Amino acid sequence: MSVLVYIEPHKGNIKKTSLEAVSYANKLAELISSNVTALAINISDEGLKAIANAGADKILSVNNESLSATNIKALAEVVNSAIKEENATTIIFAADGTGSSVAPYVAAKQKAGIIAGTIDFPIIDGNKLIVQKNVFSGKATALYSVDTAIKIITLTPNSIQISNTKRSPNVISFAPTFDAANGVVLKSFKIDEDIAKGGIPLADAELVVSGGRGLKGPENWGIVEDLAHALGAATACSRPVADADWRPHHEHVGQTGLAIRPNLYIAIGISGAIQHLAGVNGSKTIVVINNDPEAPFFKNADYGILGDAFKVVPKLTEAIKKLRI
Amino acid sequence: MKILVPISQVPDTTAKISFINNDTTFNNAGVTFIINPYDEWYALVRALELKEAGKAEKVTVIHVGPTENEPTIRKALAIGADDAVRIDGDGDSSFVAGQIADYAQKNDYSLILLGKETISYNSAATAGLVAGFLDWNFVPYATKLDVNGNTISLEQEMDGGVNQLSSPLPLVVSAAKGMALQRIPNMRGIMAARTKPLQVVTPSTDFPVYTKVESYTPAKGRTACVMISEDNIDELVDLLHTKAKVI
Repeated sequence: MSVLVYIEPHKGNIKKTSLEAVSYANKLAELISSNVTALAINISDEGLKAIANAGADKILSVNNESLSATNIKALAEVVNSAIKEENATTIIFAADGTGSSVAPYVAAKQKAGIIAGTIDFPIIDGNKLIVQKNVFSGKATALYSVDTAIKIITLTPNSIQISNTKRSPNVISFAPTFDAANGVVLKSFKIDEDIAKGGIPLADAELVVSGGRGLKGPENWGIVEDLAHALGAATACSRPVADADWRPHHEHVGQTGLAIRPNLYIAIGISGAIQHLAGVNGSKTIVVINNDPEAPFFKNADYGILGDAFKVVPKLTEAIKKLRI
Repeated sequence: MKILVPISQVPDTTAKISFINNDTTFNNAGVTFIINPYDEWYALVRALELKEAGKAEKVTVIHVGPTENEPTIRKALAIGADDAVRIDGDGDSSFVAGQIADYAQKNDYSLILLGKETISYNSAATAGLVAGFLDWNFVPYATKLDVNGNTISLEQEMDGGVNQLSSPLPLVVSAAKGMALQRIPNMRGIMAARTKPLQVVTPSTDFPVYTKVESYTPAKGRTACVMISEDNIDELVDLLHTKAKVI
């Protein structure tokens, strides 16, 4: 009986969200007097050390290049083999990348109850786990209970701190069989131009600078990019901006775009419609810059500046640069 | 090829969310319900485009829920689905996904296309559960989908770029923004929807409910916003650095 944690393949590297999942598993194992086995798929030695440090008692290391991050079915087969090998009763995934897709696939196979997107450590109630998650796009939270023999939980990124346990787990080479025939095939990967130039993927970003219609046109995005660059932040936008093709769709945050929960969200020229708030209200700190005192976003922000974005934002960029020297 | 499009019913995006019975039940009173936007705008519309292009024979919408949800199903028919199925039951994502998988298998659907998540429970679990129950290939978060004979080509935004993928049928796909554009039903569609077939099916007993909501808590709003003068930007940077500790 153990807590199994899934570490997704990510070009050999370890993702921060995977280490958060290990830390969650570590805390859960402590609560139910169990231990943690990490299932690491195509992870470098350096990544395995980081997993150990975040709290794994044992690592099953799978090294197989034919196991692609795009083949969810094959990844689920590998997780199912690990569940059997470890007699695992709870399986933790990051609600990110492949984790949020492999988790339900495995849940169906294992007849396991799944709670997707928890935001805090669980409460133990006998054989029951009580798990908190956001619902109604952040307008409420819910406490879910699950009492199936095998339980599956996915963890929302940036919800908990990564633990530092300095453990020395056994690393065991694990080579389960899986069927890669007739699977989903990756034909090509085209990296986003901004990311290629060193930009930060929005989903992983701790700091985000976002622009709305108030910026008047795509030619004015320089001030957003300059601020993001000074901060080391990702850039985002509101729905009208993506719909007008001022910015790419993958930058759209909101109810029908991407939901994010960075440490800092700076909204420039965004009024703060309820659909936009639904995608960003999990942010720890929100700063709103807008020239309309009636903008509803001011009621949902921590800090506000009423003023002309074209004057305020360059000044903010300069002030950040001073701080970062 | 027949396409099955599962649709969820969710509160309208602007609905005020509240709870009753000691915060254990969602308060339906005065709430307008809509088709989950990811299911409607992206999955359903793309399925209809494929049919219009002669690449699919039929588009069926399926909904797991009670009789009172039928107006939502009729709206999907008004947008253009050929027919509809309502599984007469309700439960968690495992229950709902199990019913969808069971119906798809028994009725020879080879492509199941649904939204990446609902805007009500935000679990993004149903698509993966359906694929797992069926043991089919699964492409989550697809932004493009096309059909070439028995091969499906797709795009998916992942890790700061775009994956171009291909898969044979049968296949489960969850749709994200970019796959299609919202369609407003016209009067002809609304009239036609009244007489399109809506079959009611008794749920399979093979798929139990595994999880339960014990209680809800409405989100606390933020405390009052601290307004800072545009002539005093250094103060904002100082607050973010020393008080909020986010930079």
